[in-house]
Amino acid sequence: MNDIILQLSGITKTFPGVTALDQVSLDVRAGEVHALVGENGAGKSTLMKVLAGLYKAEQGDIIYQGRTTDVAGPLDARRKGILLIHQELSLAPELSVAENIYLGAWPTNRFGVLKKRELRSKAQAALQALGCAFGPDVRVGTLSVAMQQMVEIARAEAFSASVVIFDEPTASLTDTEKEQLFHTIRSLKARGVGIIYISHKMDEIFQITDRITVLRDGQVQGTLETAQSDVNQVTRMMIGRTLDTYFVKAKADFGAEVLRVEGLSKAGLFNDVSFSVREGEVLGLYGLVGAGRSEAVETVFGVRRADSGQLVWKGGVIAPPTPRQAIDMGMALVPESRKEQGLVLMMGGRENTSLPHLSLFSALSVMNRAKELATFEKYRSALSIKTTGPDQEVSQLSGGNQQKFVLAKWLCAGPKLIILDEPTRGIDVGSKSAIHELIAELAEQGLAVIVISSEMPEVLGVSHRVLAMSEGEIVGSFEGQEMNEENLIDAVSYHRQSAVG
Amino acid sequence: MTLVSNSRSDTFLAVLGRWLLRNHIWSFFALTVIVFSLSSPFFLTVNNLGNILTQGAFIGILAVGMTMVMIDGEIDLSVGAVLAMASALAIGLQDHIGVWPAVLVGLASGAALGFFNGTLVALSGMHSFVVTLGGLIGIRGLVFIYTGENALMVTDFSYTEIPEVYLGPLSMTAILFFALALFFQWVLTSTRHGRETYAVGDNVEAAYDSGINVKRHKIINFTICGTMAAICGILLSMRLGTAEPNAGKVWELWTIIAVVLGGTRLIGGYGSMWMTIGGVLTLAVLRNGLRLLNTPNYVELMVMGTVLILAVALDKLLNMKEET
Amino acid sequence: MKFDLKDALRRHGLLLAFGVFLLAVAANADAFLTLGNILDVLRQVSITGMMALGVTFVVLTGRLDLSVGSLLTLLTVIVVDQHNQSGAAAAIVMTLAAGLAVGAFNGFLVGFVGLNALIVTLAMLSFLQGLVLFYSGGSNVNIPNAQETWFAVFGRGDFMGLPVPVILFVVAGIIAGAILRFTTFGRKVYAVGGNQTASVFSGIDSRWAVFWTYVISGLTTGLAAIIMGSRVMGAQNTIGQGYELTVLAGVILGGTSLLGGRGSIFRTMIGIAMLGFIQNGLLLLSFPYYVQWIVTWAVIILAVWIDIGAKRGRIFA
Repeated sequence: MNDIILQLSGITKTFPGVTALDQVSLDVRAGEVHALVGENGAGKSTLMKVLAGLYKAEQGDIIYQGRTTDVAGPLDARRKGILLIHQELSLAPELSVAENIYLGAWPTNRFGVLKKRELRSKAQAALQALGCAFGPDVRVGTLSVAMQQMVEIARAEAFSASVVIFDEPTASLTDTEKEQLFHTIRSLKARGVGIIYISHKMDEIFQITDRITVLRDGQVQGTLETAQSDVNQVTRMMIGRTLDTYFVKAKADFGAEVLRVEGLSKAGLFNDVSFSVREGEVLGLYGLVGAGRSEAVETVFGVRRADSGQLVWKGGVIAPPTPRQAIDMGMALVPESRKEQGLVLMMGGRENTSLPHLSLFSALSVMNRAKELATFEKYRSALSIKTTGPDQEVSQLSGGNQQKFVLAKWLCAGPKLIILDEPTRGIDVGSKSAIHELIAELAEQGLAVIVISSEMPEVLGVSHRVLAMSEGEIVGSFEGQEMNEENLIDAVSYHRQSAVG
Repeated sequence: MTLVSNSRSDTFLAVLGRWLLRNHIWSFFALTVIVFSLSSPFFLTVNNLGNILTQGAFIGILAVGMTMVMIDGEIDLSVGAVLAMASALAIGLQDHIGVWPAVLVGLASGAALGFFNGTLVALSGMHSFVVTLGGLIGIRGLVFIYTGENALMVTDFSYTEIPEVYLGPLSMTAILFFALALFFQWVLTSTRHGRETYAVGDNVEAAYDSGINVKRHKIINFTICGTMAAICGILLSMRLGTAEPNAGKVWELWTIIAVVLGGTRLIGGYGSMWMTIGGVLTLAVLRNGLRLLNTPNYVELMVMGTVLILAVALDKLLNMKEET
Repeated sequence: MKFDLKDALRRHGLLLAFGVFLLAVAANADAFLTLGNILDVLRQVSITGMMALGVTFVVLTGRLDLSVGSLLTLLTVIVVDQHNQSGAAAAIVMTLAAGLAVGAFNGFLVGFVGLNALIVTLAMLSFLQGLVLFYSGGSNVNIPNAQETWFAVFGRGDFMGLPVPVILFVVAGIIAGAILRFTTFGRKVYAVGGNQTASVFSGIDSRWAVFWTYVISGLTTGLAAIIMGSRVMGAQNTIGQGYELTVLAGVILGGTSLLGGRGSIFRTMIGIAMLGFIQNGLLLLSFPYYVQWIVTWAVIILAVWIDIGAKRGRIFA
């Protein structure tokens, strides 16, 4: 039971300017569930990509079943018995369940004709071993996300995997589906499969895992026996610093209410969301990915439409705005995905900065290039953005500098309310603290600020008041002494438990 | 413990309903057949139906190849020019090397041009729209040069009698179309290559990660598409007894219309030969029926445009339903 | 600033190759680089060039317009026929109005309904061909008194020694280029083509931006039809057939990406001019007429391949 099946020793991987993994060592035993935790950017996904052969490590060895192994790619990993189950599923929706389980490795005769009966019966066996109720002939596109995930897990059976890696497997599952997943994980474990379980969710980790390895800034902070540790200990290892040293909080000097949201609902995404934010106030919105936070603020900003609820802007009820109207009223949204929603990557910093406010940078529809340049230069130095010039494509910049341009494009028109959705995800430590300082500065200038984050220290560190959100609902509001990790965790996990029971 | 069960009533009606939702072209086909049967006494005759199938088969054979390429998420605009090339070679060479060797060279030219297009797409990473747009222009240029800008004529008229084989009302051309469509439907559902086609069009990263050789795979489908175009061109040369350098001009557009009308999606991963057969037949019935009704030929073109837009609008509507 | 030969080659390699081609032709055909010949070439490309200006807008948003060839036929038939019936001025107004209307309809279906641009404009290609036959009744139309109408100026006239169609093309090109480069609308076109989601998050209504690009495409095709009608003084029912692809070839050759967001009017004008000079040069070197098509094939493939290869940093995908 205690044989080490997979051992990573001294894995180092660098990207230009960042050491993503620094001498990482970790071992997985047969029949254990080994949690891998860490903040965003701690190196978890890089490590998994090394293991799946998507990245090549500069140093270090993968010792698998007692032998140093070279993994050439996902297929090679799968053939060797290492299976990675991503957040984005690697399935072809038009193909059947059986064909997806054996994707690319279908049994055929020598002319390439499928042996359908063999394929079907092998897949059937794998599905039965997992206790799936759907058959091998169903088209995968018609299955729910949870069932699609089971199709991927069935590959573990089909390829007799001895190591299975789950990357945030519960991100889009309901509680019942989660329980079923755990049941499946336990049965894999009982058959001696070694499992690496990556998650942000502490309750899950303490429910399902045997050991926990904590990563921080690309380094292993330690490996704990789950039974002999607690949430606090793990969280502290993940964060590795006390809160007040790293975060600057704006002076609490609040003015009039800027925005009030009343009973905002959208079926399947969020329900009865109400909150308000004042001038000079930083309102934190804590919740895990998928809690409906981004969807709620995108609705406020007008990118989505709500089913019901209303918005009160500076004391007056307003109709649901379009993004254009929201911007013109003085709202700004730094969206969750910088590259997909925030920037036009093939444009330079100058053009990205002026994009939401073209009318401010033009007269009679003719762009005022001098004004654009002046604004670009102003924010380039104010936010110390590293770029070679106004027209260097932002695709060539680092994540931190890109994010600063997203901030610049909203700040340059002087908004009344700025909503920041995961403002520091995936950016370097230096830019991170610069953005934290900026948030405090903006609030002190009298802006209303909403910060959404799934990083607890961040949201506690910068906010005056924190709302906890879970499964589309606001489940708690904390300020002053009550605003601490235990209460936030309680609020989020209590709600999840009550939703189950 | 069981996972969320898949509670689908598999009654005959439910299965039929689901099939019709995915193959809505056949409802459309039935509708056009009914309308023309009621409005023209000449429509629903064995003779006329045979004609429809023969007329439709030319675009149909092109559409078979196009469907393979389109499920891959690619497009081939050069089929019209490839068709002209094969037909010119088949007629131009037969006085020198004999009829069947000439036909073989014609077929080989289609396969080679398809292979060339596919290789360019795979190696360069350019979109196939660009590659085959170039091919459309350049291959047509080759045809003009080869033919000396004249229509080539057969000297031995027995060549034109080769496809004059009938099985009841079905001409050889029509039979060949159905045979090819059914064969490639079988390829799509029952062979490794066919399943790869869906996997590549659906989720190219998953396909690549699963060890599918995406480049080689695409080259094969472009080669198939070129070969189909050559078959079409040779049949056309047999039927007409001449090879015009302008043969098959804008047929690539009609082919795309037929395939898209059938329900196969331009973005790839979705479609079948059943859909394509439906699209081809509907198009053929529309053309034939409108002519029987003695409508001026502009009506045909306008109806075709309208139907195509309605078809994609319907497809969009059905998809939105499926998503929610 | 250091001159980087590799970078310059990468950016302007195609222009350089084109220059070499021009010199090679000039060395072997004395007539090639004469003012008369150059103006002839430009006169020939002014029609496809005019259309390509509008199509560039559409392609920059990441969409396509395949209907411009049929639309050119329709509008040329209209302008010639209405010239005979209602007079030149009214004919011009009607032609432009019809072009704008068709563009608006395309723009509505693609921009607002959200249908696939390739299919919509393909359907429109077929529909408009039908409309041509409906309008003309299948017969060709001609302007009988070609020498007497002032309408001749658009296709046949000269102004200060320059052909009027060339002046029209260049002026329209400057205006179109200025719109793209200096106006808020131009910025929106690039933004929508570059990243539609980010544009929406920046308060840009991508539906209207797409809509207007099709309207512009309809307008420039209307202008092209006026030149065409005036030059030919007549119109057959197939006069514009296949133009959609020639136009697209010129746009692509100029380096405008079919995925949207990259390209410019200037590059399109270069692309179209290159097609014209290749055609003319090969003819002057007494190659058979259709050799130019094969050369066009090779040039398109090489140009696009070099372009994306340079961006990728590797030749092969």
